[in-house]
Amino acid sequence: MAAAARAAECGVRVGLVDDNVALGGQIWRGAPEDHPESASWAARLRSAGVTALSGLRVFHQPEPGVLLAEGREDIHELRYEKLILATGARERFLPLPGWTLPNVMGAGGLQAMVKSGLPIADKRVVVAGTGPLLLAVAAYLRKRGAKVLVVCEQTSWSRLAGFAATLVRFPSKISQSLELKKNLAGIPFAANSWPTAAQGTDRLESVHISRSGALQDIACDYLACGFHLAPNTELALLLGCRMSGDFVQVDEFQQTTVPGVYCAGEPTRIGGVECALVEGQIAGLAAAGKADLARLLFHERSEVHRFARALERTFRLRDELKALPADASIICRCEDVTHVRLIQHSSWRAAKLHTRCGMGPCQGRVCGPATKFLYGWSPDSVRPPIFPARVESLSALVAGGTEPKA
Amino acid sequence: MGRTSFDLVIVGAGIVGAACADESARRGMTVAVVDRDVIGSGATAAGMGHVVVMDDSEPQFALTHYSQQLWQALRPELPEDVEYEQAGTIWVASDDEEMAEVLRKHQFYRERGVSTEVLDAQALYQREPNLRPGMAGGLLVPEDVVVYPPCAARFLMERAQSRGAQIRLGTAVIRVGQGHVALADGSEISGKIVVNAAGAWAAEFTPGIEIKKRKGHLVITDRYPGFLRHQLVELGYLKSAHSVTSDSVAFNVQPRRTGQILIGSSRQYGAEHKEIDQPILTRMLRRAQEYMPGLGAMSAVRTWTGFRAATPDKLPLIGPWPGDSSLFLATGHEGLGITTSLATSKLLVDKITGAKPEIPIEPYLPSRAKEAVHV
Amino acid sequence: MSDSIVLTVNGTKVTVSLGATVAVAMTIAGQACRTSVHGEPRGPLCGMGICFECRAVINGQPHCRSCQILCESGMDVRTNE
Repeated sequence: MAAAARAAECGVRVGLVDDNVALGGQIWRGAPEDHPESASWAARLRSAGVTALSGLRVFHQPEPGVLLAEGREDIHELRYEKLILATGARERFLPLPGWTLPNVMGAGGLQAMVKSGLPIADKRVVVAGTGPLLLAVAAYLRKRGAKVLVVCEQTSWSRLAGFAATLVRFPSKISQSLELKKNLAGIPFAANSWPTAAQGTDRLESVHISRSGALQDIACDYLACGFHLAPNTELALLLGCRMSGDFVQVDEFQQTTVPGVYCAGEPTRIGGVECALVEGQIAGLAAAGKADLARLLFHERSEVHRFARALERTFRLRDELKALPADASIICRCEDVTHVRLIQHSSWRAAKLHTRCGMGPCQGRVCGPATKFLYGWSPDSVRPPIFPARVESLSALVAGGTEPKA
Repeated sequence: MGRTSFDLVIVGAGIVGAACADESARRGMTVAVVDRDVIGSGATAAGMGHVVVMDDSEPQFALTHYSQQLWQALRPELPEDVEYEQAGTIWVASDDEEMAEVLRKHQFYRERGVSTEVLDAQALYQREPNLRPGMAGGLLVPEDVVVYPPCAARFLMERAQSRGAQIRLGTAVIRVGQGHVALADGSEISGKIVVNAAGAWAAEFTPGIEIKKRKGHLVITDRYPGFLRHQLVELGYLKSAHSVTSDSVAFNVQPRRTGQILIGSSRQYGAEHKEIDQPILTRMLRRAQEYMPGLGAMSAVRTWTGFRAATPDKLPLIGPWPGDSSLFLATGHEGLGITTSLATSKLLVDKITGAKPEIPIEPYLPSRAKEAVHV
Repeated sequence: MSDSIVLTVNGTKVTVSLGATVAVAMTIAGQACRTSVHGEPRGPLCGMGICFECRAVINGQPHCRSCQILCESGMDVRTNE
């Protein structure tokens, strides 16, 4: 949104395409009261004349400068001179026994569901995993009347203390933290703590947790469990952008190695909303040809990047989590492939071929980060469609493109 | 791998290499298999796994028929993940001309003891209601089968290993011949006989083999159980498979046991890169929707390509390579690798051991090629 | 204009507030969105349209990501078997 607004304010014609029904992505999902900052950006978008294309999923780039996106019933050809990828991140899920039971969701996942109308008042919720998202989710759920029974953070107390110390440098973070602390008063918080199993017959009934080694059984209605974030880099990979580890490589103007293609926010590093806003603005301004204006934001960006580095250090996954899945635990949910079947393979490719892990509709978005952590595998290259698309969409003719021979 | 010298060294761990390893180990030979990738990669990973009897020529019929019977005999031993399913094939006729071809095929198969059934339009739609209206009928081949090839290759390889066969994966082969296989890490494996089962890459190791890569595209959908019951192939497929020079597509769809629909097929010459060629993919999918309009609304989850190993006369190369008495070939299977893998392994090992083969091997011998082929 | 919507989930009427997604309706109704390859009941996991666990049959159309689809009055929603 920030990129689109800034670019459009420079007089450039901007389209903003997103799979969700409304703008705002994950962090700014739902009512603007929950995040007032979003309202001002939304207003800027509107007055700058950005075309919002909601409910569309980009699945392919059949030729340079042309994206194909699918909607509920139709497909759209999006022609561009400059492209800014702001595809965000998704939660990283780690398999544990029983995690496939209904009402076990991601932390952001349960929050999204509540924002989408799920009644949560008086429901018992366990929040678990890692990352600052847990606290934000716990506070939000509590505000909506949930009984948040505990927040289990897998990182250590000392790492958390170190993280709290770095927050001192970020005034906005301090006030956010104080606000959070107020909203979380009374909710037990445990570091060195993680869920070891989810139990129930047709749906979740209780969660086993380990708190500094002590085991506890907690009856609950929902488990909101997510282990920080994995970047959504599929489109960048499809376009041939060079990667730096798991992230898209960009220069100081947020340009990727593909001419005309920029990338901002989580696909370049996990840094939260502040990073996304400043990087988005830099990308928007740079793409609109306003390098000087973009430069004005470089200092702010290096500040928020320090926060991003602190995030990465603090919420690294501990090795004990590799022992969470049992032999019969499902790792690939699309194809029901279990841990015992996967662990015998030495690569993603071998496992995929012989068990079908990763061949389902999630295209490895859920099992990819999990298997990378559990077994050290690296995924394959990306092919179109980067999101499941209708057969008729895959065979749509691109206007002005090469007409296939009859 | 401790031992470095074997009766047989096989280059290629696809379905053909795996079948050859299995057969030769079964007959008491010491065997090693090498592949730069995983078991069941290459065309084995990409193909449809359609075990089909074909009637292009007598030798093609003989090989596919023999091999299909071997698959039937193997069925009770195959694990679940091979997904052996006797779905049957229906060759679909869209007009009277193709219907005449249906009758000809029916006669051909009947004379050779393969049971097939001629379907008129009504019978066709009873079996496959989702075909678009206006088809003339088809030929049902009930004994044709569908398998999941990478797991079939792994089953055969593991059976070979249980009899002592060794396997070396993940290192590229750089030289093959004169009883040696040289690997990229500097090591060497020697065999009294070396088998080139490297599929589309066979000619890289044995210059002079007349094999060209023939690229194909595939698409798989999400689960739609009950939409499709048989493998459906248009009779125009044969025109496509016959064409020696131009790119072509044909309607060819398969129900997987999971309920997913596998959509093919395409053939291209001269394409060396494995990326999706959008114009060909578009043509192929449009052809498929022409026959089954219901495919259009289905969610397509993945697309991929593969390379078939095509020979000039459309028959595989099985047997000794002239010019190197220690080198045998088991390659060039084009779109019939899965089908004919088992028969290939029997013929190959029969030839090596001097046993009498079930069917004549002459039509598949590499020496049948023109004199000028090899150096 | 009413603030609530009535739809049917596996044959039973469910009332949700305007703006609720189909996944929410199915969760409220205690119904699984889909059945896995080996017959397990599954519901939404990611809530943002990438995990495909929330796939349901909506008005006869299978494999709809119910967490990304707003409820409409009279919708017929069923567990995707």
